[in-house]
Amino acid sequence: MPKKKLKEHLINREWCKGCGICVHFCPKDVLELDEQDKVVAARPQDCICCMLCELRCPDLAIEVRVEAEQEEASESR
Amino acid sequence: MAVKDYIRERFFPHMWCPGCGHGIVLNSLLRGVEQLGMSKNEIVMVSGIGCSSRISGYVDFHSLHTLHGRALAFATGVKMSKPELNVIVPMGDGDALAIGGNHFIHAARRNIAMTAIVMNNRIYGMTGGQYSPLSGYGTAATTAPYANIDHDFDVVQLAKAAGASFVARTTTFHARQMTDILKSAIVHDGFSVVEILTQCPTYFGRKNKMGGAAEMMEWFRDNTTPIGSKAKQENPDLIERGIFVQEEKQEYCAEYENVIKRATGGRS
Repeated sequence: MPKKKLKEHLINREWCKGCGICVHFCPKDVLELDEQDKVVAARPQDCICCMLCELRCPDLAIEVRVEAEQEEASESR
Repeated sequence: MAVKDYIRERFFPHMWCPGCGHGIVLNSLLRGVEQLGMSKNEIVMVSGIGCSSRISGYVDFHSLHTLHGRALAFATGVKMSKPELNVIVPMGDGDALAIGGNHFIHAARRNIAMTAIVMNNRIYGMTGGQYSPLSGYGTAATTAPYANIDHDFDVVQLAKAAGASFVARTTTFHARQMTDILKSAIVHDGFSVVEILTQCPTYFGRKNKMGGAAEMMEWFRDNTTPIGSKAKQENPDLIERGIFVQEEKQEYCAEYENVIKRATGGRS
């Protein structure tokens, strides 16, 4: 499977309640809670697009967007 | 369709506490429905009362928010009158197995096609942390400050014994497995029971000194194992997760159609 390439972390600050589940389970330590207890992608360059933060977010507040071209390429193989 | 197309965004952020596992159940369920390519119009969600039951307000399916413990009774009525719809019934542990215990076993016995989800956080969260039939011996709750002396049900064994034709268990830590199991449960033609271990950091976690939401999910990771694993043989205390029962069995609505045909001699 080709590597997914990160486009951005789409974070809904209105919906995020700062529970820290995504921060705790991120295998690459990409995410952090800021001073308002909202999640931010502090080290996006380390993201491997495993999607675990998105899948486990109880607030539907984080979405991992990957590059569209890469997505299509991976589907056609 | 994207996951967000299946929710009523105007009610977000939802009312569940920070870190509540019910949101992860919602998240995984929406992904399952999306992956099955179902339309919003072919699903009815029927729920009772409790934190878990608030889930029906957040999904943009047909939804019914009914009485405490009676979700399966209402759902039976919906399914009998509109058998072509997919009925999903999320319930809390107290809702499903205390006040709704009889509805639960009889719906399972009839094998009526619907998906009963038991969101098991082992506590009554909405009313202040009273122990439930799934809290378990030795746990602490607002109403059990000197430890609970009630033993808990094993939802999987109970559902199996009552006759459910699909029985599975998973946890909020295993979000991908939860989506896969829910998909299988929804397409199963019969009564499906999915127990999902979910965290209540506000009451169960705090009363039992289990840490925050992430620590409670780690507990699910460390204390569960796939069905029949080697780890289970070495440590019988581990909780098994996966699909326990998946069998073909006469479905209630289809059988009822046959009764109508027999009674009318094919005249209807």
